[in-house]
Amino acid sequence: MTFLKSTLTGTLAGTLVAASLGTAAMADEHTIKVGVLHSLSGTMAISETTLKDTMLMLVEQQNAKGGLLGKQLEAVVVDPASDWPLFAEKARELLTVHEVDVMFGNWTSVSRKSVLPVIEELNGLLFYPVQYEGEESSKNVFYTGAAPNQQAIPATDYFLEELGVEKFALLGTDYVYPRTTNNILESYLEGKGIASEDIFVNYTPFGHSDWSKIVADVVALGADGKKVGVISTINGDANIGFYKELAAAGISADDIPVVAFSVGEEELSGLDTSNLVGHLAAWNYFMSADSPENAEFIETWHAFIGDEARVTNDPMEAHYIGFNMWVAAVEAAGTTDVDAVRSAMYGLEYPNLTGGTAVMGVNHHLSKPVLIGEIQADGQFDIISETDPVPGDAWTDFLPESAVLESDWKDLGCGMYNTETKTCVQILSNY
Amino acid sequence: MIRVIAATLALLLTSFSVSAQDTTGAIQQVLQEHSAAILKSSRMTIGPAIDAVADSGLEQAQAVLQAWSDKNMWVREADGLFFRATEAEGGYSLTDFDTGEVVGVFDKDALDQIKPNSGIRALIGTALVQFQLKDPDPLRRQEALTSISRAPDPALLKPLRNSIEMETDPTLRAQKLRQERLLTIGYDADSDARVQAMADMSGDLSVDVRAALNPLVATRRAVVQGDVPEGTNVARILTPGSDALPRVEAYDMLVAADLAQPRVTNAAMRAALEANIADGRVGGVSVQQLGSDAVRRAAYIALADAGTVPPFISEETVQETLDGFTFYDAYADPSRQITDAANDALNAIKLKVGLNQAADLTLDALSLASIYFLAAIGLAITFGVMGVINMAHGEFIMMGAYTGYVVQQIVPNHTLSIIVAIPLAFAVTFAAGVAMERLVIRWLYNRPLETLLATFGISIALQQLAKNIFGTQARPLTAPAWLDGALTLNDVVSISYIRIAIFFLALFFLAVFLFIMKRTRLGLETRAVTQNPRMAASMGINPGRVNMLTFGLGSGIAGVAGVAIGLFAKVTSEMGSDYIVQSFMTVVVGGVGNIWGTLAGATMIGFLQKGIEWGNPSNTLAAQTYMIIFIIIFIQFRPRGIIALKGRAAGD
Amino acid sequence: MNRSFVARNPSVLIFLALLALFTLGVTVLSEGFGVGMISTSFVKTLGKTLCLCLVAVAMDLIWGFAGILSLGHFAFFGLGGYMIGMWLMYERTRLIVVDALAQGSMPPTPQEVVDGIGNQIFGVVGSSEFPLVWAFADSLVLQLALVVAVPGLLALVFGWLAFRSRVTGVYLSILTQAMTLALALYLFQNDSGLRGNNGLSGLQNLPNVTASQDVVSMWFFWGSALALGSGYLLAAWVVSGKFGSVIRGIRDNEARVRFLGYSVEAYKLALFTLTACIAGIAGALYYPQAGIINPAEIAPIASIYLAVWVAIGGRGRLYGAVIGAAVVSLLSTWFTGGQAPDIPLGFYTVKWVDWWLVLLGLSFVGVTLFAPQGIGGLVDLISDRLRPDRHGADLGPDQGSLREKEAHK
Repeated sequence: MTFLKSTLTGTLAGTLVAASLGTAAMADEHTIKVGVLHSLSGTMAISETTLKDTMLMLVEQQNAKGGLLGKQLEAVVVDPASDWPLFAEKARELLTVHEVDVMFGNWTSVSRKSVLPVIEELNGLLFYPVQYEGEESSKNVFYTGAAPNQQAIPATDYFLEELGVEKFALLGTDYVYPRTTNNILESYLEGKGIASEDIFVNYTPFGHSDWSKIVADVVALGADGKKVGVISTINGDANIGFYKELAAAGISADDIPVVAFSVGEEELSGLDTSNLVGHLAAWNYFMSADSPENAEFIETWHAFIGDEARVTNDPMEAHYIGFNMWVAAVEAAGTTDVDAVRSAMYGLEYPNLTGGTAVMGVNHHLSKPVLIGEIQADGQFDIISETDPVPGDAWTDFLPESAVLESDWKDLGCGMYNTETKTCVQILSNY
Repeated sequence: MIRVIAATLALLLTSFSVSAQDTTGAIQQVLQEHSAAILKSSRMTIGPAIDAVADSGLEQAQAVLQAWSDKNMWVREADGLFFRATEAEGGYSLTDFDTGEVVGVFDKDALDQIKPNSGIRALIGTALVQFQLKDPDPLRRQEALTSISRAPDPALLKPLRNSIEMETDPTLRAQKLRQERLLTIGYDADSDARVQAMADMSGDLSVDVRAALNPLVATRRAVVQGDVPEGTNVARILTPGSDALPRVEAYDMLVAADLAQPRVTNAAMRAALEANIADGRVGGVSVQQLGSDAVRRAAYIALADAGTVPPFISEETVQETLDGFTFYDAYADPSRQITDAANDALNAIKLKVGLNQAADLTLDALSLASIYFLAAIGLAITFGVMGVINMAHGEFIMMGAYTGYVVQQIVPNHTLSIIVAIPLAFAVTFAAGVAMERLVIRWLYNRPLETLLATFGISIALQQLAKNIFGTQARPLTAPAWLDGALTLNDVVSISYIRIAIFFLALFFLAVFLFIMKRTRLGLETRAVTQNPRMAASMGINPGRVNMLTFGLGSGIAGVAGVAIGLFAKVTSEMGSDYIVQSFMTVVVGGVGNIWGTLAGATMIGFLQKGIEWGNPSNTLAAQTYMIIFIIIFIQFRPRGIIALKGRAAGD
Repeated sequence: MNRSFVARNPSVLIFLALLALFTLGVTVLSEGFGVGMISTSFVKTLGKTLCLCLVAVAMDLIWGFAGILSLGHFAFFGLGGYMIGMWLMYERTRLIVVDALAQGSMPPTPQEVVDGIGNQIFGVVGSSEFPLVWAFADSLVLQLALVVAVPGLLALVFGWLAFRSRVTGVYLSILTQAMTLALALYLFQNDSGLRGNNGLSGLQNLPNVTASQDVVSMWFFWGSALALGSGYLLAAWVVSGKFGSVIRGIRDNEARVRFLGYSVEAYKLALFTLTACIAGIAGALYYPQAGIINPAEIAPIASIYLAVWVAIGGRGRLYGAVIGAAVVSLLSTWFTGGQAPDIPLGFYTVKWVDWWLVLLGLSFVGVTLFAPQGIGGLVDLISDRLRPDRHGADLGPDQGSLREKEAHK
């Protein structure tokens, strides 16, 4: 055992020595390192591998344009294997062993929470590309995905105003994103005059497949003559069983519309969508968006991945915006130093793939338009509604505890500022 | 794209609103007048536009609304005129609404599609009803009835009644009569007619009947000083402090109605104290001492006595205030006759609904039980009969499902592909089972714990192999069209055909199992080898061959189960692990070595899980947790399962 | 029979010496206290591996010596982690909240502090109330006691129920697996009060400690090494005396031991509870190094891996468990970490990220079929011990009993 351990130690120590001396150090001066922290194995691999490829494509594109600050970019890819504690370990490795200048990564909230203490301790920089539940604003993270007010709230407004839904079924997988989002929505709906009896909430485990009773419960909600709508935060595979049961029960989108926050082009590829036409999804990006930037992005993506059938999705756009904004910030700051880049990020603008521009706010969230799409028979979405850009809100206004909180890293220098007591609750996140 | 439309719109409004009118047809003019609302395409603002078209009295109105609703109405960007478009060579062929003439074929870039959302489509549908009810095409009349049922509207009652006379189609006529009754309940001017309609429909447990009745008995909570005003249709009077109206809620109602002073919350108290700090003291107390609720309250009361802040509301004050008010629930409908009749009708329905819900739950439970049974039946053979722990059983299920997926890639016809997939899945997993028995399990008989580890190793290797081959994304396995949909007895009781098919498949395999075990030589030999291998060998049975075939059979059935499970749920590399623990529990709870035990185990687990779900509808995860805990405890009391083998067959 | 404990168990001394040497070596090479040749992230990996070795020792006690294949010991491991995690989160949050409230115009009431902490900890799961299970979270001493008490109590209740009704062999394995599944599902629920799927995070930051992670990671490494050393010593002592003989007897022929007048259930229960406590301690040391604990950690698969480590290392010998846990978990880290070189086969490139699990799975099969003594069997080759000749028969008739080719004494 000791033999084996010392061999391993030796190997690793060797690489470290090599990294701190000699050629590796020389290479350091000529490249800017971009860490990619996405799971390449385990349950999250399917979603995250696509994002790793997106990052490699963006780095390659930037290098073709001549790099950054006269240096070439180098992507350092590690595999946290869908194992949450491993995310923290790999982040530390990226920052201390590989000494990357910036990281792009994570998908699940719990993996982000796992990484937070490490990057705050070592003052790293992370771009997080996925829609999430909010209630967080770290000095060292830029959130390029949607906060609840950029996805859930507009979709609920759409239900209330456009579809006239009066009774809501909030169905979700039992984890943090659906729990927090549904809490916010419950509070929001009650503020809009929907009685709490008219909100039905249900949580199911990951990968749930027995949906008959839940679908029957939803149908039964219609018994008091109010229009029923389903807001689904069901995650991943479980959607397949859910939509199959929905189709089998013959529920049309005109009777009981379903809007999903976690179903995109990738997820629909595991389904026959002909029975689901008309159900909805809310995102900041759909592959079907009609803009020259999007057409070019899809073309580059297909060329890079070598497969015309691959779809693009919302988190890919988030990485596209995040990466290009970081490049612009580094150019503006003239250095990759984290604090300088951070200051240069505020107020930066970059064109969205769906038209218009995204703006980075002082709370580290983007301002983006919200799109609502109807599922079509070919597995794509027909965009039927697009809002003006909505600035992301780190602390939701619809829960009493967080309504008083505000994040402003530029002027207040605080991610959790209590506007009532006028004090900064905390500078470091509390994970 | 919205931006483009907006830009076009701005241009249009200035240049065309005047000039376009004289050159275009009548219906086009109506559309142009409302072109802003139509292009904005929001349910909140579209009403006038739809009404204008519907009430224009023009013969094309129906065609326009129809095209609009079907997403066939397009706008030409150049001049902002609306057309019906159909896809054609080189773009879209536009037809003028007024003249019905084809204007020409245009490129997609020169046009914009009007995409009414489902809310707008519902409004258009309602507007179309008056045209469609007497349409010669029965499909259109059907559409009209669907629109009425989706959005009942008082204005539709008259046209609906008028159209019943001339309806020739018996099904549609029945539907029209039914809708007429429902609209009468809700909107007829005559109370007696409404009561009569309720009587006609009572005992019908359909969702739409309840949807018509429930709004009539919806109540609104209110509070008055003194007695309830005359003419109020009171549902019940509430006492503050009862379960229906906790005191806190009652007081909050008063505060909301400005009838009482708000309570001083801890936060408000803190804020008030903060605002009144002077020289490090407030209310006669030094700020440093304010670290406890009691001191803060004393300081606040001192401030309140001085009149600087609103008075502190004590519990006694709350009680006194509440005593002066009457809280009650009132019906929105002022007529006692109507609300009583609606309540009677609903009560009559309620019991029926309850019974039917129980029936539906039973069906769900049966279905779940059959799925568990199907997943476990292969294990009942390998584990139950042979005593081999096969942790890779779940992966055989997965292999079967992937076989189905691969077959569907080659044979596109869904019916044919399922017919091919089932025997093929059996063959593939049978072969895999035989190979595993030959290579691994054979060497580990009587070492069940080692078998567990070795087969677990195979399980993770197979799972990862499946990931390497098929990727981690779920793969589609689509049921043939004749299995789509559900068997619907009424609005409460229904079950999807695919679940019925799985139920019968499970029964079929139960029969196959019984037949093989009781009626064939293999079954006889299997039972002999299980009870005493050496003796069996002495009687000329080849235990090695028998074990191999039996194991293959169990694995093969797992493969077929995989196809069935893939059809109703999903096909992923991890689907096997979802079923493995449950399957083992099914076999263990039921009693090892007895297929009836497995059946009993599956039934018990299925019913139990549905029962817990029914008791706690908002948390399905809890149902699974409590079910497992129940099983753990159950096994303490019946360690050999529901149906325990006795005597020699019990082994050990 | 009067020889000293060490003389009867020379392997204990060798093991402790090697462990001390290893600890010293890592210290000298670390960033916190030495020349900095081992990165802090690798120190954490090594520290965590030591904790896994400790829980593997516990597993070996219950499986290798008593013949009970528990597939639920990671439940105890995880519970230990949760117990210490609760205090770490509570205390760290309390400091933040007290600091924030101190900036206000008046001193906070105790209730305001508690509300503030609750809001911060549970805000992320949309609540702010403290559930009952957090009743002792403000006290380090009590939570440390719970690290041992909660897993121990669960093991005691579960074991009492199971052993009392004579659930044995495979049934018991499946039952323990069901237990850990039920616990994981329960913790996945938000209603359990332990933050559901998010679990407890940020555990690496010790409250009131300003030292850098380079130093803290070494503290935990030393702690883990100490715990492993003591745990090993305890385990060796337990199996060496009369108690050890009885549990080995139970493994090989339970009925015979019962007929000799021993209370088999009491022995099994005592050992089951003891190993659960050891697992709890290992978990309490592991998760502050990992930084986060969530219910996925105690899914049934983790406990199965634990059994596999012991099997590969060689069950029935304590150092075998340590070797198995260390080798397999470090190899896993290496293969899945992307450091292992790809093997190009011309038509296909073997990427270890994809193929490592296949290799691991097949190696279980290989070990069970061809090397039931595991890696530990190599030691026998060196020490050249002769096996007793039993003509191929097993040591006992029970399902947990050793086979002749597994036995090494």
